[in-house]
Amino acid sequence: MLNSWQPACSSTQLHQRAQLFQQIRAFFAERQVLEVETPLLGHGSGTDPHLDFFTTTYNAPSTPATLYLQTSPEFAMKRLVAAGSGDIYQLCKAFRNNESGRFHNPEFTLLEWYRVGFNLTMLMDEVDELFAHMFHLQPLNPSQRLRYQDVFYHYTQLDPLHFCYASYCDYASSHKIAEAISLCQHSHSLWLDFIFSHKVQPHLGSHALCMVYDYPACQAALARLNPAEPRCAERVELFINGIELGNGYFELTQANEQRQRFEQDRQYRQTYNLPTLALDERFLAALTAGLPDCSGMAIGLDRVLMVLTNMHCIDDVLAFPVSRA
Amino acid sequence: MAIYSTNEFKAGLKVMLDNDPCAIIDNEFVKPGKGQAFNRVKIRNLKTGRVIERTFKSGESLEGADVVDVEMQYLYNDGEFRHFMVQDTFEQYQADSKIVGDANLWLKDQDFCTITLWNDTPLAVTPANFVELQIIETDPGIRGDTSGGGGKPAKLETGAVVRVPLFVQQDEVIKVDTRTAEYISRVKD
Repeated sequence: MLNSWQPACSSTQLHQRAQLFQQIRAFFAERQVLEVETPLLGHGSGTDPHLDFFTTTYNAPSTPATLYLQTSPEFAMKRLVAAGSGDIYQLCKAFRNNESGRFHNPEFTLLEWYRVGFNLTMLMDEVDELFAHMFHLQPLNPSQRLRYQDVFYHYTQLDPLHFCYASYCDYASSHKIAEAISLCQHSHSLWLDFIFSHKVQPHLGSHALCMVYDYPACQAALARLNPAEPRCAERVELFINGIELGNGYFELTQANEQRQRFEQDRQYRQTYNLPTLALDERFLAALTAGLPDCSGMAIGLDRVLMVLTNMHCIDDVLAFPVSRA
Repeated sequence: MAIYSTNEFKAGLKVMLDNDPCAIIDNEFVKPGKGQAFNRVKIRNLKTGRVIERTFKSGESLEGADVVDVEMQYLYNDGEFRHFMVQDTFEQYQADSKIVGDANLWLKDQDFCTITLWNDTPLAVTPANFVELQIIETDPGIRGDTSGGGGKPAKLETGAVVRVPLFVQQDEVIKVDTRTAEYISRVKD
């Protein structure tokens, strides 16, 4: 306790972070992407069943209201895009309850941006340029773009798009993860989370940016489905040295489909006794009014700093991780 | 017994897994950004000593194991069991050779050691890190050798065999590190 008033990270880290922010702002300024701010505290939140939120009570003049610390600025930023803001980016904090570990702090820093008229390939091109810019002093190996199905098959010989329960169980039994059988049961998505995070992700991006795209449709989140291959969603994830750094979509713009996905999330939350919350009707109204075709990406900057400075633990790049906050 | 959730798992915590008492060695939080959170846990089975990795859904829990380490004095071997006593309470425990394991190489009457108790039954015996034992058999040393290089095998009163420098003689008492079975020094009376 005696030393816990002091920062957890070195002063070099403070400078690295400041420099990274400057680089990012210069990168987007040059491309005429507008920096914006959206609320950290909102009346709604994402319904993603795997994201746990912080709530607080707002003593509003008439009736007290429950407010949520944002798990990402996604909905608010899409409302700006729907309102005609054009290309926007934001450097902000995001909050996820129950997440702490070597790569997780419940409060963390995100870079999130939206590009109107970009498809997923164009977004990946820009991600490539951004990483070249952020890592210009210690260049990475050439980046890779891999389809989820290919990379999953490469490391497991399993097809992630076709859920064959028996072969998934065989794989688990023969690869020292037999507990996956009782843990995942018949949930395709849970099996993919388990096997991908244990057996595929650790191999991705050896001192290189690895972009995995064409995620299975059951993991579409807020991405649109690929019209040519509806078993896949137009979603991309970024990895370096096996560390997940970012997530992007060719955004779903259909209000009806979005509402259905929210309802699915809500049912899942009810089934598993997770806290439920009202749908974000303002976000749905924005989609109804019309979100232009766009792609968006979110990158965890604390982890980028970990990779840039070869740190083992997220606490090593934070002034005051939650234990000292 | 207490119930521990995955976010309380930390090194040293004793829990029940597959009906065996185990000790947590390491716990890593693994979470795909948009997916299920897991805890990848490295765990030692205290009965077999084996270390395994096991993944849990975050928020799952395990029952705590009533496992404690107690310092005891080694009393005697009755042929089937070795007997130990807690100094303060004079409470006695017995352990068979399976439980004593390799510790038997270092146990001398009256010496202190650590007994791991599970539900008040011995689970494992750990000798003190350093013990002093007499050499009962070794080749005569070569005259003039004081370097400690080379060395020769020496059998100790407990039956253990360790390598000692050539100048160390039969009947001498030596200090040994039980974790590495290495000779440390001679003990002068």
